[in-house]
Amino acid sequence: MFVRLLIDPGGGFLHSLMINLTNLSYAFGSGSSRALVFSELSMNVRRGEFISVVGASGCGKSTLFKIIAGLLEPASGSLTLNGVESTSAAQRLGRVAYMPQQDLLLPWRTVLDNCLLPWELKRSVPKADAVTQIRTLLGRFGLTETEGAYPHELSGGMRQRVAVLRTVAAGNELLLLDEPFGALDAITKRALQIWLLELWSELDKTVLFITHDLEEALLLSDRIYLMTGSQGGGIQEFTSGLPRPRHHTLNYEPQFAALRQELELKLYDNRLT
Amino acid sequence: MITVSPRRLIQDYGPSALLAVLTLAVWETVARLGLIPPFILPAPSAVWMALIEERSLLFGVHLPATLLEVLTGFALSVGCGSLLGTGMHLFRPLAKALYPLLVISQTIPLIALSPLFIMWFGYTIWSKVAVVFLTAFFPVVIGTYDGLSKNTDGYRELLLTFGANRWQILRKVGVPLALPSFFSGLKLSVVYCVIGATIGEWLGGSQGLGYFSRRMAGNLQSAKMFAAVVLLSALGILLFLSVAGLEKIILKKRGRYS
Repeated sequence: MFVRLLIDPGGGFLHSLMINLTNLSYAFGSGSSRALVFSELSMNVRRGEFISVVGASGCGKSTLFKIIAGLLEPASGSLTLNGVESTSAAQRLGRVAYMPQQDLLLPWRTVLDNCLLPWELKRSVPKADAVTQIRTLLGRFGLTETEGAYPHELSGGMRQRVAVLRTVAAGNELLLLDEPFGALDAITKRALQIWLLELWSELDKTVLFITHDLEEALLLSDRIYLMTGSQGGGIQEFTSGLPRPRHHTLNYEPQFAALRQELELKLYDNRLT
Repeated sequence: MITVSPRRLIQDYGPSALLAVLTLAVWETVARLGLIPPFILPAPSAVWMALIEERSLLFGVHLPATLLEVLTGFALSVGCGSLLGTGMHLFRPLAKALYPLLVISQTIPLIALSPLFIMWFGYTIWSKVAVVFLTAFFPVVIGTYDGLSKNTDGYRELLLTFGANRWQILRKVGVPLALPSFFSGLKLSVVYCVIGATIGEWLGGSQGLGYFSRRMAGNLQSAKMFAAVVLLSALGILLFLSVAGLEKIILKKRGRYS
């Protein structure tokens, strides 16, 4: 990552920033029925980083993602995407790849056709090129065999992988993954964590990842943001300092367990105050 | 390819087939014994004989006439109905303005309007098509509108983040998700078409199975009247099965059935 930072043609620190959020707040409703979801939220994501956002249900993690993706407008604060300050939600649409909690694969389309969906909406390259690109990705994702299958024929873990692939195929540098493994059983979840850990380094993408699972966050990410929502405390940054490349057995090491404990305490403390 | 085992077929349709055969047998016996005069209730065998006797007239003239009215009315219903349903989905004010009026249009007894249709369209095919259209377009509109109005927020948001516009969202997600509801509307509609055509022919005309059955009833030739009714019923079943088959083919191609 530092290498990329150095050869960045723009040169400066600002150009290596993928997202910068400053004092962002969001509230549902208006007037007396106004409910604050979060306020004064600031964070930075550098190009090529894998960042996790951790927090209890209802603290506004998904809302934050929808704001970044351009589906919601923040109440106040500023949002800079790729070095350019974003003026409106509509202007952000189509520039960030967003994967919602459910896989949302279209049941009437095969895996290949599902993955071609982002291309169909833009049609920036000839279809043959798009298909070749998807097939290459399917290979790298270990999904070649499923190309002609319909979503209902796939296991939960495979569907999630296809959904991640479709998100990657959208062609944006920034991926927002909202609890992609949240609905999976523990065994499948573990398998997909290992899969993503191995895959992600070669993808050359910036990832923002929501999870409830502290181990998952520690294993996969460079930095972790703890979100506590409107209850005060705002957002806290946590850097694990675990070196890369990482092996998936990392979580059995004492250093990892200590970090996990530290993270849990922070989350717990925040909720008490 | 779906293969149906004979055993399954018997399980599914055996009881109703048995009941039908029993009813026909009792009916035939009662008629043969002369307990009921034939002009009140002709025997099933007499109806069958009438069907054969009048086959050239029934199949050569009246069935094609009715079929033409049905198909024209159905085509108009599907065309106008799906356009209207889509329009109502796309423009909320249109839905608000039209929905109550559409419901009211279905409460008007069509028989009462018949003199009007005759005045507007004369004794041509169009007075019948008008009745067919009025009975058959409603299920199509509702099927289309309700199908498109299903909650698709998740898909909509996903496509928006891919940079899709409203039209693309409708085409890629809205329409495919609306298809099952649309086909439910079509299946109701096609059956209503046959009923509409029959009513239309009763109101006035010179051909069609409805016209034939009415004329035969007037002449106390109940067996011939029943023959026409049997044909109308068969026509309705056949059209229904065609639409249901089309639905199966289209939805299956899209992997909807496992």
